Amino acid sequence: MQLEAIDRQIIQTTQAGLPLVAEPYQAIAEQLDLSAEEVMQRISNMQQNGVIRRIAAVPNHYKLGYRYNGMTVWDVDDKHVDALGQRVAELPFVSHCYQRPRYLPDWPYNLFAMVHGKTEQDAERQIAIIAELLGSDVRRNTVLYSTKILKKTGLRIAG
Amino acid sequence: MLSPLHKQLLNDYQQDFPLSPTPYRDIAEQLGVTEDQVLRAFRELSERQLISRIGPVIAPNSIGSSALVAMAVPDYDLEWVAEMISAYPEVNHNYERENRFNLWFVAVADDERHLRAVIEDIEHRTGYKTMLLPMLADYYINLGFELELHD
Repeated sequence: MQLEAIDRQIIQTTQAGLPLVAEPYQAIAEQLDLSAEEVMQRISNMQQNGVIRRIAAVPNHYKLGYRYNGMTVWDVDDKHVDALGQRVAELPFVSHCYQRPRYLPDWPYNLFAMVHGKTEQDAERQIAIIAELLGSDVRRNTVLYSTKILKKTGLRIAG
Repeated sequence: MLSPLHKQLLNDYQQDFPLSPTPYRDIAEQLGVTEDQVLRAFRELSERQLISRIGPVIAPNSIGSSALVAMAVPDYDLEWVAEMISAYPEVNHNYERENRFNLWFVAVADDERHLRAVIEDIEHRTGYKTMLLPMLADYYINLGFELELHD
C-alpha cells in the first residue's frame, strides 16, 4: 500500500509516543505544520484502511513482570495452518501469531505464537494449551525463550 | 506500588485510546477522575517504563518491508555480532534466544530492496548466514493482551 508522505510523517512522529500533554494531537500537528483536526482525520482514515491497528497505551510486558517470553514454533500442515493460526490467536495469552516460511532442513516450523508468562510454569501451561488445541496436527514444536533483550524500539522505518 | 488508576490505565487502553483533542480528559471522564490525575498516572507509568509508549500501533508491512531474521552464531562471537546488528537503524528488535538459532531480530526498511541490502550487509560484515522469515499471514485478533496486575 502506498502511503501519502503526510501520513508517513504522522506515523513517524508518533512512533516515539504521543506527548503526555493535555492536547497531544495538537502537539504533533504543530511539529508537522498541520492542524490537529487534519492529524486526527488522517489517523482515523489509516485506522479504517488497516494501516493503523489501534491506538494504545502499549504495556511493557517485561517490566510488568512477564519475564518468560516464549516464541513458540510449530510445524503444522500448510493446508490447516490458517484455521489453526486463527484459533491460536484467539487464546488470551497469545500476543502475536504468524505464519512464516520453513527453512528446510534447519527450520521446519511454519506457525509462530508469542506467549508471556510471569513464571516458567505459566509459560509451560500456556504452551500445553496451544499443544492441546493443535492436537494431532502438530508434527514438531519447540519454544525459544528470550535470554536477553538486546534492542527494542517501536517500529521505525529507516529511509 | 500500582494504584487502581494505574491498573485501569494499563488494562483498558491497550486499544481505543481516544482520538480526540483532549484524550486524557476523555479518559478522566470515563473513569471518574481528573485530567490531571490521568496525566500524572500515565507519566508515572511511562517513567517506570511500565508502558513503552502511547500512540498508533502500525500493522506489520503496511509501511515499508520487514522480516524476522534468525542467525546461528557461536557463543564466542555472539557479543560483537549482536552489537553490530543492534547498531543498524533498520533493526527494531533484537533478542538472544535459547536455540541453535540464538539471535533473532526484526529488520524494517522503506522497501524490499533496501531490506535485502541490509541483510546482505549484515551477512557480509559478520560472516554468518541469515535465515529470513517474512510474515506470510498474520492471525490478528483485535483483543488486548490480558494483564495480570498485582502490585
